Amino acid sequence: MSGSKEIVGQIKSIKNTRKVTRALEMVSASKIRKAQDRMQAARPYARLIRQAVGHLALANPEYKHPFTQGRTEIKRVGYIVISSDRGLCGGLNNNLFRQLLPRLREHQEAGQQVSLVLIGRKAAQFFKRIKVDIAAATQDLGEQPKLESLIGAIKIMLDGYRDGSLDQLNVCYNEFINTMTQRGTIEQVLPLPPAEDEPMLQNWDYLYEPDPESLLDDLLVRYIESLIYEATLENLASEHAARMVAMKSASDNANNLIDELNLAYNKARQAAITQEISEIVGGAAAV
Amino acid sequence: MASTIQCDIVSAEAEIFSGTATMVVVTGEEGELGIAPRHAPLLTRIRPGQVRVMLPEGGEEFYYVSGGMLEVQPHVVTVLADTAARASDLDEAAAIRAKEEAERALSDRSADMEMAEAQARLSEALAQLSALERLRKNVKR
Repeated sequence: MSGSKEIVGQIKSIKNTRKVTRALEMVSASKIRKAQDRMQAARPYARLIRQAVGHLALANPEYKHPFTQGRTEIKRVGYIVISSDRGLCGGLNNNLFRQLLPRLREHQEAGQQVSLVLIGRKAAQFFKRIKVDIAAATQDLGEQPKLESLIGAIKIMLDGYRDGSLDQLNVCYNEFINTMTQRGTIEQVLPLPPAEDEPMLQNWDYLYEPDPESLLDDLLVRYIESLIYEATLENLASEHAARMVAMKSASDNANNLIDELNLAYNKARQAAITQEISEIVGGAAAV
Repeated sequence: MASTIQCDIVSAEAEIFSGTATMVVVTGEEGELGIAPRHAPLLTRIRPGQVRVMLPEGGEEFYYVSGGMLEVQPHVVTVLADTAARASDLDEAAAIRAKEEAERALSDRSADMEMAEAQARLSEALAQLSALERLRKNVKR
């Protein structure tokens, strides 16, 4: 009977694991909802600010902000890498890093320097093993990321672009498409790609208080911050979705294992009973 | 019908108010502003303070904003509210914090690894993942 006792122990431990994975799955399922709501809530701000920037750019064609001006020669490239704080979410972070690494390599081969800003603990864990320059890091954003916690990290990159130590800025995150699909995405932030032209029929200009230059600067900084913030929210929703799927498959695996083990246990028990009976019968026959 | 103006108050984290108003009162950088329908297009920074929205059906709504931008077009008022208190020295402090965080996170940085090695490790991890996936499918069958 010793074999069957071991199996019982295994079944018990797998059942405990299944409890954990099931709980995580359900927690993630409810968090996806909230994360999606937050994504929705952040959209109007970005849309309205984009509108204002668009108007401003059209109304003031003579003033060019450095953020909208591309550089002819690119020597230093910045990446803002957004990852999750916690693991157990399948290949989400690793897939993203895998997309990024070949690009970093290309930059290295082209003699361009790379500078990274890392958001989330997983990115910090991964990139600290690699020989790259890391300008800033933030982690522990939690379930409700605050724009406040991103401002510092973004400012470092924006200042770098302003004073010319950075010639391009990209953001790298997981785009939330639906619960089953997340796509690693690398987007260019600076120089700002020209906005899709919304047809402006009438010719008009704002009254500026105090002056268009400083206002445009403020607007653009906020616009970029909102872009990064949105990316962070997308990544958060992706994280929960990926975790839910990963935990679901882990629960399924646990179920399969339990089924198999149950079968093995029953067989072992049956074998033990058969053996006992045959021993008794054998003993009786001998007498 | 009294003439009204569309008013949106949004912050990066949430939409605070969206609807029509007969007048919107904001504290601009250069002073108090009352914005009535068909106001001239205007762009300005706003000071921390109240935003007062007068509703067409009578009554008022008050919102507190800690600064931000105000955009006015003849039929739309948009208040882009800041969620965080902003000042250049505060921003600077945040930037320094982020830098320190990077140093702290990387303090136990082991010997520099080459990009190629990292990629090799990463693909190893991914191979393990896909192997697990395959295994799982086989078990099912």
